[in-house]
Amino acid sequence: MSDPFHEGQRAAKARRMRSWAIALGLIVLVALTFVVTIVKMAANAHHAVT
Amino acid sequence: MKRPMTEVALPDFAPAPQAFPGVDIAPAGWRDYVALAKPRVMSLVVFTALTGLVAADTPMDPILAAMAVLCITVGAGAAGALNMAFDSDIDAQMRRTRNRPVAAGRISRADAAAFGAVLGAFSIMLMGLAVNNLAAGLLLFTILFYALVYTMWLKRSTPQNIVIGGAAGALPPVIGWAAATGHTPLNAWLLFAIIFLWTPPHFWALALNSGGDYEKAGVPMMPVVKGAKSTRLQILIYSLILAPLAVVPAFTGLGGPGYLAASILGGAMFVLLAVRLWRSRAGEAVEPGPDGLYSVKPGAKQARDLFAYSILYLFGLFAVLLVEHGLKAVR
Repeated sequence: MSDPFHEGQRAAKARRMRSWAIALGLIVLVALTFVVTIVKMAANAHHAVT
Repeated sequence: MKRPMTEVALPDFAPAPQAFPGVDIAPAGWRDYVALAKPRVMSLVVFTALTGLVAADTPMDPILAAMAVLCITVGAGAAGALNMAFDSDIDAQMRRTRNRPVAAGRISRADAAAFGAVLGAFSIMLMGLAVNNLAAGLLLFTILFYALVYTMWLKRSTPQNIVIGGAAGALPPVIGWAAATGHTPLNAWLLFAIIFLWTPPHFWALALNSGGDYEKAGVPMMPVVKGAKSTRLQILIYSLILAPLAVVPAFTGLGGPGYLAASILGGAMFVLLAVRLWRSRAGEAVEPGPDGLYSVKPGAKQARDLFAYSILYLFGLFAVLLVEHGLKAVR
């Protein structure tokens, strides 16, 4: 009987690539949120001064 | 007699119906995920949204402006992915769409829906955080309208599907405008109206050449339900309304002299091609060729010409607006 959990080489590679893409996407989201926060804080500080 | 209400099938995320049964399918690659976001549709959405953002003539932090464009791009991709997840049964039956990643079985419907939902959530959240809540709300409305109202309901139930559903494609310049200013004045809705009225002639010109596919897939497109002659007439009527409406921004302070010239000349050409299509037999039954060796699709060229020109026309109008307002900002 074939093992239902056996993963072919191509499928394993595709899954690994997907995992990396998800990780990269999350890093980009965190970086963008950080940049937005800094830009907004700088704008608010500028308005407070002027 | 009262018409029975159309049943709306909720997605069950069963395995996608494959367009190529029996064929060994390779696992999805990154190109399939890019295709899931419909990059060609996305490019027009981004371009019109950018035009709305620039035409608002309001100074904006360049980083936040880039963020707004990025959010609209990702939001458009989310809508495309959700559309492919819900429409894979239709896509698998049509020549134009049967090689799409879900229809061909390379990506499961559940994966495509999850991909679209995550992209959509990220884009809306970031838009609200970086830009403003009005732009985020409009983006949310656009994605939901396209994925739920158009894809799951209108497309399968009425020949007015692309007319009403066209609102989703027409909203990006309004989102761009809202991102820049925090409100949506009449000029922003003028851009909406132009795309809204442009959509039926654009799509029906394409549908006239693939009416058989829509019929096979059970999609009630206008040529399937009302016939080719009625569709050609409706294309002409929409074109006759669109061409003068597209000139209006030149008189509301939105478009300059370049826009006035482009909209008059471009609109005249649009109407001319619509008249040519109306007089043709586009969408009628295929005829046998003179020697019986091949078949002839009557009016195929006229329909193709209007379809191709409609893209150039919309691109041209928005490009002129972008250049005129871009130059104003530089000065």
